[in-house]
Amino acid sequence: MNWIQTLVDAIGLGSVYALVAIGLALIFGVMRLVNFAHGELITAAGYTLVVAHALPVPVAIALAVLVAVVLAWLMERVAFRRLRNAQPATTLVATFAVAFALEAVWLIAFGARGESADLLSSLNEPAIQTGGVTIRWVTIAMLGVGGILLGATTLLLNRTKIGLQMRAAAADFRAARLLGVRADAVISAAFVISGVMAAAVAILLTAQQPLVTPTFGLEITILALVGIVVGGMDRLTTATMGGFAIGFLNSLLGNLLPSSERVYLPSAVFLIVIIVLLVRPVGLFAPRGASTAERL
Amino acid sequence: MSAAREKVLQLLPPLLLIVLIGLVGTTVSAGTKTEFTGVLVNIAIVIALYVFIGNSGVISFGQIAFVAIGAFAAGVMTIPSEVKPTLMPELFPFIANHSISSFESLILASLLGAFIAFVAGIALMRLNGLAAGIATFAVLEIVHNVLRFWEKIGPGAKSLALIPETTGLWEAVLGALFCAVIAFLYQHSRSGRLLRAAREDAPAARAIGVNIHLHRLFAFTLSGALAGLAGGLLVHQIGSITTEQVFLQLTFITLAMLVVGGMGSLWGAVVGGALVSFLNVYLLKLEAGASVGPIHIDLPNGSTLLIIGVVMASIVILRPQGITGSRELSPRRWLGRRRRGASTSPPPPVADAPKAG
Repeated sequence: MNWIQTLVDAIGLGSVYALVAIGLALIFGVMRLVNFAHGELITAAGYTLVVAHALPVPVAIALAVLVAVVLAWLMERVAFRRLRNAQPATTLVATFAVAFALEAVWLIAFGARGESADLLSSLNEPAIQTGGVTIRWVTIAMLGVGGILLGATTLLLNRTKIGLQMRAAAADFRAARLLGVRADAVISAAFVISGVMAAAVAILLTAQQPLVTPTFGLEITILALVGIVVGGMDRLTTATMGGFAIGFLNSLLGNLLPSSERVYLPSAVFLIVIIVLLVRPVGLFAPRGASTAERL
Repeated sequence: MSAAREKVLQLLPPLLLIVLIGLVGTTVSAGTKTEFTGVLVNIAIVIALYVFIGNSGVISFGQIAFVAIGAFAAGVMTIPSEVKPTLMPELFPFIANHSISSFESLILASLLGAFIAFVAGIALMRLNGLAAGIATFAVLEIVHNVLRFWEKIGPGAKSLALIPETTGLWEAVLGALFCAVIAFLYQHSRSGRLLRAAREDAPAARAIGVNIHLHRLFAFTLSGALAGLAGGLLVHQIGSITTEQVFLQLTFITLAMLVVGGMGSLWGAVVGGALVSFLNVYLLKLEAGASVGPIHIDLPNGSTLLIIGVVMASIVILRPQGITGSRELSPRRWLGRRRRGASTSPPPPVADAPKAG
């Protein structure tokens, strides 16, 4: 394995983390809610792929997207809508609780050992092989899907009415409401988009490695959440870059560390996270002069 | 009644509840007694969390790291040195060749918890809000990762067994009482009051010259010491431990206890710890299968987490200040000596998060 291969893999995984980060950052943007339960949308889509693995691939994918979107919408409707005026610490704990309750549901329904969503594993075949570098289809898919969804989100935010309203709500929620932006519609839209992102992440992850366990989405969400805080969660772009960076770093360090030390990968990543937070508490990619006051 | 006596009276309900759990615990069967002991150890952990989270208003996901440090330090140091080489062949010689008594191991656990919390806190306490939450979570991840794989200081991924089971019911009562008294003394100390002021309004506190970083660091270190102590109590209660037992699930469940009780008061920490612990114990029993009267209940695995998650979410949504309203229980209120006006309009509940700044 040479360094180009390492970079290619790291960029692929970084794109997946960027997708998780977009889902989290959209929700944080419109309602200042750190959604720990986002990972459960990914897990829900993953288990849908497990259940639907015998169906034609497009149908299974459509079902996964549908389940994640409906669950996202329900989460907001049942739990988070009541928390709009709550303290940040309260909402944080509430999403944490929802995440663990849903994780328990997966545990009850599917068991702790995990189920296989063996549906797109043909994507693991190499697509391009030159000079010792192997680029697998799944890496191309990660980059492609990541790029397309990122572009689509940007277009939606900048070119549509609901996108404009979402940006207005993110900038100043109260002022936006006063100007006639319908809060419920904007927030529901944000949750629906985050559901789509979660389903895309689940599809890409199961293509790479088909085992779905109850903590399937939680782990990547925690790391992506760390990434967007490090990147700067006030802005969608800095948050997405932060998500990409942590996925990239995780993959890169995993390959660079000598194999005897590889078990300490989480320590290395989180140590870097602490250092970055200390040096740039407003976010690594936040513009110079941004203050911490507008953050949680 | 003077203000000082009023304060001391506020300490009574938490202490009495702890002693009451101990007294009831002496009347039950041996198996149930172990569960009561476990509940008291949980209360000690929740009080440790409360010392930092309750007073500073900063959510920390990292305090269980100090419980883990305390548990493994106390466990590794009390296993007889004759059996250490077979259990943990890689240990550093100075750990392998020494063994201490259980009581000494609790002191060691507290000191180590305090020391590591202090070192981590010097850097982390400068952060606010979410960045602080994420950074403390990073501490938990690092401590877990190192304990799990560094076999020179402990058992690594294996279970640490053969630890003397010296935490009985009364040791747990004493431990929880000790934590409650320390927490109470801290919250009424100068540092505790300044920290609570900063929790309510950080810019205003800073403007009158409160060094928030210093007081947060002190509370974090004290919390680390109590968490280490609670970890020591825990490991001597259960006799064997793995790193997974003091990681995400314990973080979730103890945080749930604090939130359910009300994270702004010691009374809330103790009540939440007791209620959710008992709920947890009995739900786990139902998961294993138990008969309640004529009905046999056998809940599927995971139901406990589900029910506690739903309870926690409901309380956060419907009663964000917890079931105690994040207030201390003042016996005076029970004696009916409060003015009427005051009892119909209680003071506004404390905010549970720092203002940005």
